[in-house]
Amino acid sequence: MDHQIKEEQGNHIVLLQGEVDLESSPKARQIMLDAVGRGKKILVDLASVTYMDSSGIASLVEAFQRAKKKEIGFALVSVNPAVLRVLHLARLDQVFIIHDNLESALNADL
Amino acid sequence: MSHRDSNEKANPLLTHNFPARAKELCDTRSAVRNFLTHCGCVSTTVEDVVLAIDEACQNIIRHAYQGETDEEIILQIEREGNDLNISLEDKAPEVGSDCMKPRELEDIRPGGLGCHFIRQVMDEVSVGPSPSGRGNILRMRKRLE
Repeated sequence: MDHQIKEEQGNHIVLLQGEVDLESSPKARQIMLDAVGRGKKILVDLASVTYMDSSGIASLVEAFQRAKKKEIGFALVSVNPAVLRVLHLARLDQVFIIHDNLESALNADL
Repeated sequence: MSHRDSNEKANPLLTHNFPARAKELCDTRSAVRNFLTHCGCVSTTVEDVVLAIDEACQNIIRHAYQGETDEEIILQIEREGNDLNISLEDKAPEVGSDCMKPRELEDIRPGGLGCHFIRQVMDEVSVGPSPSGRGNILRMRKRLE
């Protein structure tokens, strides 16, 4: 798994790439928790994540809950269909705010 | 890993043995994807079965072996008509059938989703003692449409 962090219009954009599984999810978790710790709205771009298992989903949930506790916006962007399927199985597609693209995420109020 | 092609008498079969370590799961997923694609499964079925096997392997590593180890996981997939029969065998202490109980989804918290995913995407799931006399065997069945 690779990642990039960008800052745009006062948001932290976390781009994850590749497969987020038991081996890589601790790194994904730390990247997202560090981003939440910076105190700005977090947009997690999942367009290039081709596979995510329950440990990756757990990382998303933990970061989302940490952001909520700190009253920081947290949303998912451009979710790859493979990841959306797993979010749907966990019924988390109704819990996370999900934007189709970065432009709509940047313009949204969280 | 062995991969036997279909002929008139034998069903397509994949056998894949690997140490119970997280770094092995990427290659395992690739082996399963290649085998199921070779068997003519549609991509949604391939990804569902890959997820179930991956989650089952994680449970074996985390809960049966209680952490990474060089002890083996033995994966076998056989296509029998319109069924995929999958088994995952370990050499860990007996876990009991309660280990496959999913948790309530209304409780939104990190973790504990693996069993839920397995039960959602597979048609039959059972766990019991390995016929070898040591370890556990998880059997899963997926009916192909």
